[in-house]
Amino acid sequence: MSKILLHGTEAICEGALRNGCRAFFGYPITPQNEVPEYMSVKMPQLGGVFVQAESEVAAINMVYGAAGAGVRAMTSSSSPGVSLKQEGISYVACARIPCVIVNVMRAGPGLGGIQPAQGDYFQATKGGGHGDYHLIVLAPSSVQEACDFTYQAFDLSDKYRVPAMILADGMIGQLMEPVELPPVRSLADIPKKEWATDGRFGEKRRVLNSLLIEPDVLEPHVNALAATYEEIKKNEARCERYKTEDAEIVLTAYGTVARICKSAADHLREQGIKAGCIRPITVFPFPEREYAAVAAQPQVKALLDVELSLGQMVEDVRLSVAGKKPVFFYGRTGGNVPSEEEIVEQAKKALASAKEGV
Amino acid sequence: MKVFEKTKMLTDAHMHYCPGCTHGIVHRILAESIEELGLEEKCIGIAPVGCAVFAYNYFNCDMQEAAHGRAPAVATGIKRCLPDRTVFVYQGDGDLASIGMAETVHAAARGEKFTVIFINNSIYGMTGGQMAPTTLVGQKATTCQSGRDPAVNGYPIRICELLATLDAPYYIERVSTQDVKHVLAAKKAIKKALKFQSEGRGYTFIEVLVSCPTNWHMQPVEALRFMAEECTKTFPLGVFRDKSQEEGNAHA
Amino acid sequence: MASITIDEKVCKGCGLCANACPKKVISLSEHRMNANGYLVAEAVNPGNCIGCAFCAIMCPDLAITVEK
Repeated sequence: MSKILLHGTEAICEGALRNGCRAFFGYPITPQNEVPEYMSVKMPQLGGVFVQAESEVAAINMVYGAAGAGVRAMTSSSSPGVSLKQEGISYVACARIPCVIVNVMRAGPGLGGIQPAQGDYFQATKGGGHGDYHLIVLAPSSVQEACDFTYQAFDLSDKYRVPAMILADGMIGQLMEPVELPPVRSLADIPKKEWATDGRFGEKRRVLNSLLIEPDVLEPHVNALAATYEEIKKNEARCERYKTEDAEIVLTAYGTVARICKSAADHLREQGIKAGCIRPITVFPFPEREYAAVAAQPQVKALLDVELSLGQMVEDVRLSVAGKKPVFFYGRTGGNVPSEEEIVEQAKKALASAKEGV
Repeated sequence: MKVFEKTKMLTDAHMHYCPGCTHGIVHRILAESIEELGLEEKCIGIAPVGCAVFAYNYFNCDMQEAAHGRAPAVATGIKRCLPDRTVFVYQGDGDLASIGMAETVHAAARGEKFTVIFINNSIYGMTGGQMAPTTLVGQKATTCQSGRDPAVNGYPIRICELLATLDAPYYIERVSTQDVKHVLAAKKAIKKALKFQSEGRGYTFIEVLVSCPTNWHMQPVEALRFMAEECTKTFPLGVFRDKSQEEGNAHA
Repeated sequence: MASITIDEKVCKGCGLCANACPKKVISLSEHRMNANGYLVAEAVNPGNCIGCAFCAIMCPDLAITVEK
C-alpha cells in the first residue's frame, strides 16, 4: 500500500475516522487547531457529528453524552485545555464511558508556551482529575504512530470501558511524514454496546452515572476499576527496544525525544560506546517488566531518561528499574528540545558516573 | 374508573425530595407529557447535580448523570448523534444559571434541538440553602444571612429573558407550581416544548418556579404563597419566545 | 362515587393535597405516622370527594390515586 504525506494532526484524525469515530467535539488551542479544522470538514462527509464547543469543559461533556449514547467519540486539545477537561475525564472514567482524548502537549505550567513539551505525563498517567482512576495512554513517536495509535485507542477503550488518551507532544502534532493509512473499518464491524444509553426501548432502562453515594457501593465500583487497570497492565503494556541487547548505557524517552535518543544511541556507537534505547509505547500501563528486564541485563551500567519536562516519567522508570541500576535524568523545558549532541554528552556523563559508582 | 394514577414514565422509586418541595410535581408533569405524546419509547434524560441529582432513579427511560452544570453539553453530544430521540435536560438554578451558564447559553445559541426543564427555587437546596444566582433581593440564604444585598451580591439573573435575546431558541416559557391552575399550565408548556422537539423545531426551554420549604424555612403551603407572591415579581410568568406563533403570523 | 386512595408509605405529610382540596376531604393526621416519621394525609371526609384530582395534581410524591 502506498504512503501519503500527512500532518500529525491529520494522521490523528484519519486514525480516528478510519476506526469508526463519528463524533468530535473540540475547542481551538495551539498546537492542535488542525484537528478540529480537519474534523469539521470530514465528519459531515461521513455522516458524523462535529461541534465546536464553547469550551474544553463543554467539549469533554459532549463526548460524555455522545460516547454514552454508544457512538465512538473524541476530543482533542493541548495542555491548558486538557487541564480544563480533567473534570469531565474523571466523570467518563467513573461512568466507564469509552472515548478518546488527544493531548498535543505544549510547554507549561500556566499558559506556558506553544512549543513542544512533555510536562503533562503525571496528569495523563496518574489520573489527572479527582479520584482514583487511570486512562489508557498511548505515546506516539511518529506521524504513522499518531495515526495507528489513535485507531487502536478506540478498540482498547471499548474493550475495557476505560477512556484512552493519545499523549503526543507539539512536535508530533506539527510534523509532516509519509503515512500508510489503516483500512477503513465498517461501522457494522464495531461491537454493539449493550450498556449505552441510546434510548432503545423494550429492554431494561440503562443509566450512566458517576454518583455512587453509598460507601459500600462506591468502594466495590472503585475496586472493579482497579481490577480493570490491573488487567490492562497485564495485557496491554507495550514498548520498543532499540539495540539494548549489548548496551552499556540505555537511553529512555517517549514521543519525539525517543527518536532523538535513538539517533544519539547510534552516534554513541559510532564513538565506540555501546548505547541502546527503550521507549514506552503505552505510558499507562507503563511497561514495567520490560524495563526491569533491560535493567537486569548484566552489561547495562546505567539508564538515562530524557524528557521535555523536569522529570516525570523518570519516576516510573526508577520504580521499574527498582535500584538494579542507576537511573540518570536529563530534561529540557519551556518548549526547548534537546539536540542529539546534548544527549550524547549526557549519556557519556551518566556512564562515567555509573562506572565511578557515584 | 381511575381519573388519576401514576404515569409509567416514572419508576416506583420513592422520591427523596423534602416534604412539600414541588420538584416531584415537575417530575410528574414531565413524565406524563412524555407518555401522553408517545415519546416514551425513544427518550433519554440528563440529570444534573443538585437536588435533582437522583432524577436518574425516577424517570423510566435511559438516563445520563452529568457533571455540575454540564447537562446541556452532554445533551448536545447525545442529540447530535441521535437526532430522532427525545432528549430532555433537567437542571436546577445553581447548576444551570451559575456553574453551567456557559453551557446553557451556548446550547441555546446553537439552537440544540432538545428540551431544558429549568427548576428555579432561588436557592441551593441540596447543599443546604446557600445563595443562588436566582436568590431574590432581600431573600435570606446561608451565605447571605441578612438577605441578598445587591451592593454585595448583585441581582438575580432572569434566564428566560436572557435566553430570549438569542436568535436560535424556538420556545421559552416561565411557569410555576404555586397551585393547581399553574401546575396544569406548566404541564401544557412542557408538553408543548416536547412536541416542538419531536417535530425537530429547535431549542425549547421551560423554567419552572419551585418551592423550597426546607431552605426557605417555611411551611409547604406558606412556601407556595411565597412563590406566588414574591418569586413571580422577580420572575414574571409568561412566554418569552414562541416561534410557532411567529411562523403562524408570517404565514397569515 | 368519587374517592381517593393515599399511599401512606410515600406520603411526606406536606399538606399540599389538603390545601388544594376544594371540599375539605383531606387532612393531616395528628397521630398516625408512617415508617419515615411523617404524619400522613388521610381522607377524613371521603363522602365529599368530587374526583377533581386537585390533591393528586399538587402531591409532589404521587401518593394519591383518584377514582370516579
